Amino acid sequence: MNSVFKKETFRDDFTFKNSPAGIRRFPFPFAEDNYMYAVNIEPHVAGKKGSVFEHPIDVDEHYVGEMLDRAKVLAEDPLRCQALPHMMTAQWDLLELLMESQAQGYPDVFSLTKDGDKWHWINKALDIDEKFTFGDASTLPYEPMEYITRQSQGDFCILDQRDNNLWMDAGMVTTQADWSLDFDIGMNFMEWHGPVPLAHQMGVFERALKFMLNLQHGHPVRRFNWTMTINPRLDTSPENYHKWGPDRTTVTPENVGEKVYLRVELQTFFRLPRSNAIVFPIRCYLISMQELVTVPKWGRRFHRVLKGLRNELADYKGLTRYRPTVVEWLSQYDDGSPTSPGWDPE
Amino acid sequence: MTKRVDHQVEVVEIVQAADTVKRFRLKAVDGATLPYFSGGSHAVITMRGTDATGAPVIYRNPYSLMSSPTDPAYYEISVLRVPVSRGGSHFMHDQVKVGDRLSLSNPINLFPVVATGRKHIFIAGGIGITPFIAMMDGLAARGGTFELHYGFRSRSHGAYWQELQDRYGENRVKLYCEGEGQMIDVDRLLEHQPLGTNLYVCGPAPMIAFFTGKARQAGWPEENIHFEQFLAPPSGKPFLVKLRKSNVEFMVGQYQSILEAIEAQNIEANFLCRGGACGQCETAVCEMDGEIEHNDHYLTDDDRQSGKKIMICVSRFKGRELVLDL
Repeated sequence: MNSVFKKETFRDDFTFKNSPAGIRRFPFPFAEDNYMYAVNIEPHVAGKKGSVFEHPIDVDEHYVGEMLDRAKVLAEDPLRCQALPHMMTAQWDLLELLMESQAQGYPDVFSLTKDGDKWHWINKALDIDEKFTFGDASTLPYEPMEYITRQSQGDFCILDQRDNNLWMDAGMVTTQADWSLDFDIGMNFMEWHGPVPLAHQMGVFERALKFMLNLQHGHPVRRFNWTMTINPRLDTSPENYHKWGPDRTTVTPENVGEKVYLRVELQTFFRLPRSNAIVFPIRCYLISMQELVTVPKWGRRFHRVLKGLRNELADYKGLTRYRPTVVEWLSQYDDGSPTSPGWDPE
Repeated sequence: MTKRVDHQVEVVEIVQAADTVKRFRLKAVDGATLPYFSGGSHAVITMRGTDATGAPVIYRNPYSLMSSPTDPAYYEISVLRVPVSRGGSHFMHDQVKVGDRLSLSNPINLFPVVATGRKHIFIAGGIGITPFIAMMDGLAARGGTFELHYGFRSRSHGAYWQELQDRYGENRVKLYCEGEGQMIDVDRLLEHQPLGTNLYVCGPAPMIAFFTGKARQAGWPEENIHFEQFLAPPSGKPFLVKLRKSNVEFMVGQYQSILEAIEAQNIEANFLCRGGACGQCETAVCEMDGEIEHNDHYLTDDDRQSGKKIMICVSRFKGRELVLDL
């Protein structure tokens, strides 16, 4: 980690910004000039140095800011973190995965040493030095999932596998795109995907579930999803709709560049070894329209994607009200020239 | 998804556990570590041997992991010596020695303990005991409620019954020795269980059909009935297979599976369990002049009737030629 963690906000004065290097590594999710659902799952293998795939769990310049925002959300609403009683083994699995991944990927920030079940965890970014007994929750200040996800970017859902289905039985969810853990907890895979338009008719979820049930330990997979958010707000939860919903009426041709954000979720899936559960980290990346168009290919392509998006999907993603204004603004960055395949900047 | 080899392991101990059962202890080579796993998991072992003519052959078999899931310092598996081996069983019994190296996949669990279950009843027949050993170890570590009903042919033929009864006591481990005329009172067992009890059966196919059928008759919900049966790929007459995308054709031998024959051509095909259970090796049939013998327990009746799908790890073909979309 050679960047400095920024103290920035995702609420009130919204000081969040991407550095030029942060923009270059943004996971722009459109490989073509149009978008439709697909079972776009691929192996979560290491990618290029500096990319969001370099390590299995990505830590970036927004780490400290995101962790402070999570602490604020939890202080206001503790139900954003819940685990059913049978998920304790999976909680420890997750703690191990996140500690090991972060310590291996960013050894100048995190370190983990083990002596049997006596573990020592150091997190320099948040000034934490913890000695605890693996498997004994009383030796940590929180239950293991809450403890480690207060120190890991992204939301985390833990899915129990039984009856040939996956059940959302634990999670830490504070940076979600308008869904609620408190509402979904205990639901199965088909139930929590209930409201998505078009995808059910396409059999997308049946195929995805079949695939997930066979997910192997040591072979994680990933996919992307996306939406848009007004202002760089991480916590766009149903519980706080009154805070962010009205923002959608504030978009004008003059403020699109700074106020409208593309919100990309990197969703990964890891089989957890002791519990046979699956952890589903959902990592949110934000980029403003004015940052996005600094990469000419992305500006051209996103204009085309947004313009051609089917109305059902625009409605589902909550873009309908401001989409024409954003498309119009983006059009000044689309000279009609071709875009190369793939999502990398030219 | 398929990953053939994840770990190189060394055989560090071989124990004759019963008349026809050997237990192998496997450790990662070069100080590497093996992953934790959940009770009920299996791993696929790759064995490299030679056939009767001295030509190299590869055997791949799934084995349940029976060592403690809470201590992955080593894995243990048990191998039954079958009278007619397709290769793997006799190779493990006759060729493998302490110090030999084998390749191992990561553990896969197609037979997990239901984490929300209030009580767990395990019914084992013969070598079907192995997944339950790790399942009980995991449950005991977290204070779960379980009982084992274990049937075997004779005291010298049954493996691990003494150790299990010593460890968990006579109330939790009930033994049924066929040679001594002991029989499980299945109706009584299934009728007197609290709500939320889960039933797990592992053993030969007729035994699984018997106990799961009894449970359904007794009104057990499908969600609470679990079984695992690894089918060895059945043998049969040789037949011709063509792979459309790879543009090759070859014969599948009497004791070979389609998957094994494909691998012998150095072509990659997906698989996980190699036992007809997981669905990973489902392959589209382009054309056929004959009839598929579906031996898996994955495809639906509609799938089978369509003639468009085949599980290449266990199913065979009767006819002139089978063309697959590979």
